Amino acid sequence: MKSSVITFPGSNCDRDIDVALKKFGFKNKMVWHADAELPKSDLIVLPGGFSYGDYLRCGSMASKSKIMQSVINFANSGGMVMGICNGFQILVETGLVPGVLLRNKYLEFICKNVFVKINNKKNKFFGNVDNEVLEFHIAHNEGNFFCTKDQLKEIEDNEQIAINYCDKNGKIAEQFNPNGSVKNIAGIFNRKKNVLGMMPHPERMIDISLSGEDGSIFFNNLINNLK
Amino acid sequence: MTVNEIVALDHGLKKEEYAKICELLKRKPNITELGIFSAMWNEHCSYKSSKLHLKTLPTKGKKVIQGPGENAGVIDIEDNDAIVFKIESHNHPSFIEPYQGAATGVGGIMRDIFTMGARPIANLNSIHFGSPQHKKTKNLLRGVVHGIGGYGNCMGVPTIAGQTCFDSSYNGNILVNAMTLGLVKKDKIFYSKAAGLNKPVIYVGSKTGRDGIHGASMASASFDEKIEEKKPTVQVGDPFTEKLLLEACLELMTGDSIIAIQDMGAAGLTSSSIEMASKGNLGIEINLNKVPCREAKMSPYEIMLSESQERMLIVLENGKEEHAKKIFDKWNLDFAVIGKTTNSKKIQLFFDNKIVADIPVSTLVENSPMYDRKWKKAKLPKKNKIKKSDLKNLKIIDVLKKVLANPNICSKEWIWQQYDHTVMGDTIQKPGGDAGVVRIHGTNKAVAASVDSSANYCWAHPITGGKQIVCESFRNLISVGAKPIAITNCLNFGSPEIQENMGEFVECVKGIGEASEYLKFPVVSGNVSFYNQTKNVGIKPTPAIGGVGLIKDYNKMISMDFKNVNNIVLAIGKTEGHLDQSVFARNILDEKNGPPPEINLFNEKNNGETLLKLIENNLVKSAHDVSLGGIITAVVKMCIKGNKGINLKKPKSLINEMEYFFAEDQGRYIIEINKIDLKKVIDILNKNAVHYDELGTINENELFINEKTKVTIDELRSFNTRWLKEYMSK
Repeated sequence: MKSSVITFPGSNCDRDIDVALKKFGFKNKMVWHADAELPKSDLIVLPGGFSYGDYLRCGSMASKSKIMQSVINFANSGGMVMGICNGFQILVETGLVPGVLLRNKYLEFICKNVFVKINNKKNKFFGNVDNEVLEFHIAHNEGNFFCTKDQLKEIEDNEQIAINYCDKNGKIAEQFNPNGSVKNIAGIFNRKKNVLGMMPHPERMIDISLSGEDGSIFFNNLINNLK
Repeated sequence: MTVNEIVALDHGLKKEEYAKICELLKRKPNITELGIFSAMWNEHCSYKSSKLHLKTLPTKGKKVIQGPGENAGVIDIEDNDAIVFKIESHNHPSFIEPYQGAATGVGGIMRDIFTMGARPIANLNSIHFGSPQHKKTKNLLRGVVHGIGGYGNCMGVPTIAGQTCFDSSYNGNILVNAMTLGLVKKDKIFYSKAAGLNKPVIYVGSKTGRDGIHGASMASASFDEKIEEKKPTVQVGDPFTEKLLLEACLELMTGDSIIAIQDMGAAGLTSSSIEMASKGNLGIEINLNKVPCREAKMSPYEIMLSESQERMLIVLENGKEEHAKKIFDKWNLDFAVIGKTTNSKKIQLFFDNKIVADIPVSTLVENSPMYDRKWKKAKLPKKNKIKKSDLKNLKIIDVLKKVLANPNICSKEWIWQQYDHTVMGDTIQKPGGDAGVVRIHGTNKAVAASVDSSANYCWAHPITGGKQIVCESFRNLISVGAKPIAITNCLNFGSPEIQENMGEFVECVKGIGEASEYLKFPVVSGNVSFYNQTKNVGIKPTPAIGGVGLIKDYNKMISMDFKNVNNIVLAIGKTEGHLDQSVFARNILDEKNGPPPEINLFNEKNNGETLLKLIENNLVKSAHDVSLGGIITAVVKMCIKGNKGINLKKPKSLINEMEYFFAEDQGRYIIEINKIDLKKVIDILNKNAVHYDELGTINENELFINEKTKVTIDELRSFNTRWLKEYMSK
């Protein structure tokens, strides 16, 4: 399986996701934001970080990068695209996934482990995962997902919610919401479920010596689903 | 503007210093030259009051590749890998403008590291604030934490450990010390020594603006009521540009284009160009019209003294300009050839085709002032006689709860959760333990780092305090299973012109030197921050020590959380019951006088090395050093982290329960071992003549003391975690 990770000026999780993808069997290529063409890929990843310093609005300038038109075309033709953290913010800015990401409710950057409940397994990202709940890791300042009531209805009707913040037993409640997101939303799909944007970093959970190993479940499953 | 003595005094120079400048130049300096002298001769850049004493510190060792004198120290961690590290203060700007002050402190220290060719892999910080009740403390704390996070998080470098203290002596002068570790191949280290004639001098990074002019001079003076007026001397950070600068510099460093490189930190273009020339015994000629400027009509004076951030000065090999420019263009950074190296041994500046400064480099560096300041010796205070009856009235659980909730002991999670501590995917020990640990990417090795200070001990007796911090750093590294290699120090003191303060400095340095010599734990880099003083009130002497150690196989790393029920807990090292200067004495008995706990360097070394042997033999399940709050605080923190309880018993001894559990005697650790290993462990301890006490066995989730008193760990945890969160949300 071939993957490509886009590096924007200010990306800083590009190496981490490269390490993770390779660990689970992807042949990964790093792609520079100013390039026009994507290498042939089964998966495109927009990594975490602070593209363009988060200036103007998180993800907004990166969403206008030269390479992004190719990414949008790739997604619209059914290609698999995943945005993690700042990558999610970029996806939101391109309109590939709905909603916006506001500043965290308590106005502070948060770096910690969280539990997420998988809301929809009828897709290549989470299909065949045995667990209902995964322990992931977040590190962000603007992860507070927001959308209008009408948008939310549409999102729910189309089963676009990918994962919600919850406790270790899968209970979704306000006290397990780290950033104020609507409905505890931690990740969301496009309508066709080939584009996923999420705040948590599965690439930081791929080794027992790190914060945990549930990221390994995610990546192992992802590559098998793509084969 | 004509230069005279009054103008010189306004620049922070002393009368005699101005006279010396005129004598060295054999004429009066012009205003640009005066600015350059004042920047190079201030305390911050010249170390004029500290140099004499810093020379006494041990700086050499088998593992030391580069000691003090470069942008940072470098140590060997084998397999052609080296760690570059340093700690630096940004105290004055952080008090004036906490967010930008702290942010640019973090940015500055990271630049020092990647200037040497090393990719930063870990950040740490030591921050000190005034009393929690002081009206400025909360906002300063919030601003500093946001600033540190704002910069480090954006750079994508994990903040893996730190230390936060509160004490009223910092009410008017907070301390913000930032430390960075970088990883480099031993044969790819870059230095700041220029070499060769007519080599192009390159300016890269951000444009030069009017921010931070005279920042270094501001950091070399005490505060007074006009402090608000100093805001313009604080620089503004742009971590995004620094991230680009980091990537661009490392990309250029893969080739052989660079002869010398120096970041523009304190005193900006002035100190960077002069340092490179001085080390290479060369001259440098700069055309200031070529310097990329953010604002129109900047004068030579402003260009030379600006402390705009995210800039570097590079001496390139001839003919490499195009290649280098391509890289900086790719990263959207300014690139300009602004001058060349010469054989004049002078710094010569041109502006609008006129020469605006012409100064022999030696007058700025070798001839800079050096003072042997007068200082007063500190006496060892008399021990307090604590009445046994005072102790009898206290209930141990009540005292324990108070100690756990003490601002200097409580959990600092509110702070470190705002720092990205997991980016780069190699953090294997997060903040909140004895030391942070990151793996050397792609290997089995890991480095541990911690940062410590003990202002109360240093204040009570500077020599002992100085020794103690080095020992504590040593212990923190050993507690995670790392072999200590070297330290960096950040020496925060009041005015060196006051004999008592100077005495504190001299004696702390003496203590640091003695301990680091004995423990073979040399000082490889550091920074001095004097004038942490508002009017006549200075801070408590606060040297901060950053220690770095190596774990050869990261699978053998130890953490402090208790692991298994029924395991046995031992205290290593002898408990004599020293309460003076302890958290217990200061906060429970309200007794602020008395000597700090004594340091026995033999025991420190022997206990630490023996523990490393136990760890090497896989006999230790968890470990934690005993520091503030004594044995019981250390044990309960291990319970809290591991979600376990303990049946704690005080061994039979001459001292009473309070003394045993809350004393802050040094050289001690708590370790958890498996029952079946007990004999082996005791054999090794006995063979090495290490004292130990058996403290009890681990249980599910309750603390029993001598089988009588009982409290749940959850209740104790709430006392430990609540205070800071509640304080910051009020």
